[in-house]
Formats: sequence, structure tokens, C-alpha cells
Amino acid sequence: MSSLAASRDRPQRGVPLGLRFFGYAALALALMWLDQRGGVLDRVRYGLQAIVYPLQIALNSPAAALNWTRDIFAQRATLQAENRALRDALRASEIRGIRNAALERENAELLGLRESVRGKASRWLPARVIDQKLDAQRHRLTVDRGGRNGVTTGQIAVATGGILGQSLRVGPSSTEIILLSDPSSGVPVQIVRTGVRTLALGSGKPGELSLPYLPLQTDIIDGDLLVSSGLGGVFPADYPVAKVTEVRRDSGSPLAVVRASTLAALDRDRVVGFLWLDPVPPAAEMPP
Amino acid sequence: MTDSRSSVVLSTLAAFVLQAVPLPSALEMLRPPFAVLLVIFWSLTAPRIGGIALGFFTGLAIDVYQGVVLGQHALATALVAYIAIRQHLLVRTKPLLEQSFFVLALLSAWVATCWLIEAFTGSATGDATRWVTALTGAVIWPLLMIWGTSRTAGTR
Repeated sequence: MSSLAASRDRPQRGVPLGLRFFGYAALALALMWLDQRGGVLDRVRYGLQAIVYPLQIALNSPAAALNWTRDIFAQRATLQAENRALRDALRASEIRGIRNAALERENAELLGLRESVRGKASRWLPARVIDQKLDAQRHRLTVDRGGRNGVTTGQIAVATGGILGQSLRVGPSSTEIILLSDPSSGVPVQIVRTGVRTLALGSGKPGELSLPYLPLQTDIIDGDLLVSSGLGGVFPADYPVAKVTEVRRDSGSPLAVVRASTLAALDRDRVVGFLWLDPVPPAAEMPP
Repeated sequence: MTDSRSSVVLSTLAAFVLQAVPLPSALEMLRPPFAVLLVIFWSLTAPRIGGIALGFFTGLAIDVYQGVVLGQHALATALVAYIAIRQHLLVRTKPLLEQSFFVLALLSAWVATCWLIEAFTGSATGDATRWVTALTGAVIWPLLMIWGTSRTAGTR
């Protein structure tokens, strides 16, 4: 009787359970191996990302609906104030932009390197955030623009205030962006006040970077602005990255402990921008 | 048969959505892996329908959604399904409290497997918070079991 009950409850006749588990485990391991090596599964991932896209949109819809209703019911006065503030900001940035363009031109002429301003952005594409993952291991955003819109892997994404991150995986109509604060992200930076160059790594806490390679005697203080240095050619030069929030010097360690908070902020519209950079010209030949 | 099969797939899909919907980070920390809980539930109550395949493909869906190495959660979830099916005759006659301990062990094994694979592929970090999700999963297990068995009593 018990054997009868057991046979009725046995998962499936035929292949023994252990063997079937072994088969699935081997399949999973093969997948991991292929995925780690890259190449073969890239096409598959591209397709899979297209499948996941509607789900991400659907899961994001409650938050989006909430935002929408809040916008609808926003007071007229608030809107007017916001409008005025935006117009002021626009005017200010226009003036700054004109001044910047002049300075840039002057600088380029001074250097005798016209048309060679390092990695200048030539085009940009706005994209809306549809999903975000923020935990200790991953700081990622997914946005609703992808390969069909010309986005490529490793492209720079900016938001209000500065650099946000770079595109990691591109699907047909969605892209995963790795934020600067992701523990596996790093950006070459320069301290504006002193010109010192170093590397800023993601700390794994939202919006926080750490600068682990600065010697104790480095001249750096709270509030120092960090901009991208452009070294390495991935990030363009002179874009705002972060502001130093904490400098600690323990005499026990030869390195200073420096933390900074990123400047890129997602506003209520949650829009990011992808940048296309002009190709970096080859270094000018030095006269002997 | 087809009726209960569709209820297995649909309920696991619903649990997957519950696991993926964005939450404030404080709640996120406590959220149990609902889809894995459903895989355990079906492995214990109807091992012939879902089988290890249910675990494997649920895990694969988690991989795709989270954008991590393909096969990572698939292996971990298939392992959980295998152990649960293996032990289903023993476990499902036990009182709910003891079942919860079994679920705690399974979910811990699940987290440990994911963590091990991350260590091998070089993406692991010393993050202790996700072990909490194994605990919350075990805590809500009796609720799931009571609700689930009352729902499936008719179809079985």
C-alpha cells in the first residue's frame, strides 16, 4: 500500500529524480560558462531584454501613475513658481553657456589645438527611467531607450548636475545603466581646486563614491568639487561628478579616507540623457 | 491535470511579479523571494506537476530580470526544488512550525548557492542583508501553506 502511494506521488516516471536534477544543474552551469565568456549569449540576452521590457513597464506603472496624478493636482501657484525658477535657471545657464563657449574657443586657440577639445559631446538623447535596482551589490537603472535608438554599450549617461553612469547592457528598446555609486564602477576624476587626479570608485551606498588612492598629505577638503578627468577615454573630461563630503586622516594608514556624494540627481521627471562624444583626436605631435 | 498545471504556472508567475515590483529599500530588505517560496510549495504539495523544471525556469526568469549571470538563480532554485521534491513525503506531514525550519534551511541554501556562484564569477560583495530574506520567507511560510492548501484542496 505504501509503495502504491509512493509511486503515485513520485514526481515523474522514467528518469530518476537525481539524474534529472543533475541534467538541469549541468544546463545551468553550461549557461553560466557561456554567459561569462561572452559573445555567444549576447544575442540571446538582447532578445530576453526585449521580453522583459513590457514587464518592467508594467511593474513601474503604479509609481508612474502616482507621479502623473501628483502632477495633475499640483497647485497652479506651485507650477508658476516652478516655471519662474526654471526660466531663471535657463537664462543663467544660457549666459554661462555663452561664456563657456567663448572660454573653450579661447582655450583651444591658446593651445593651438582647435577642433580638438577633448571628448566634447556632440549629441544627446533623453530617456526615461523605467526601473531601478538599488542594493549593496548593484546600483542600476533601466531606461526606455535602447539599440533601436542608437544607444551602445559603454555610453555615458548624464542627469541634472553631472555624470550619472554608463550604459551596461543594451536591449532593443531598453538599456541598463550602471551608476557611478555601483561597487563595480570607477571614474577617473580631478579635484578642481588643486588639479590632483585620482580614481573615484562606487562605494555601494546610494549616491556615494570613495576615493581610496589619495595619500595622507593630499590637499583635499570638504566641499571640493570633483570633475571627470577624461583619462582612459571612457568618460569625457570636465563633467561634474561629485562633491567631497568627508575627509578622514588616520595616522595608522598611509592613505586618506575620502568620501564624496555624486552630483547627478534624478528629478521628478526621472529623465536621463545619453551623450555621444566626438571622437578623441590623436595627440598632437610634440615639437622636438 | 492541465487545470492544476496552469494554476502552478500562474501562481508562480504572480509570485515572481510580487518579487520584482519595486519597493522602498527598507521593505526591499525584508522581502522574501516569493517565487522561490512558491517553487517550494508546489514541490511539496504537487511534485509531479512542476518538478525540477519549475525551479529551473523560475530561477532563469529571476536571472533575466535581475540582469545577472544566466544560470545563477536557475541552478540555486533547481537545487531547492530537487531537495523539496526529495523530502516532500516526509515534510508535508509535519506541523507547520517544523515545515518553517525546513523552508528556512532551503532558503538559506538558496542564498548560499547564489552567493557562492557570485564569488566564483567575481561579483560577490560582503552583503549580509539578504540572509534576512530567508528568515522572513520562513516566517510567512505557514500563512502560504494554510492559504495554499485551502485553495488547492479542491483540485487535488
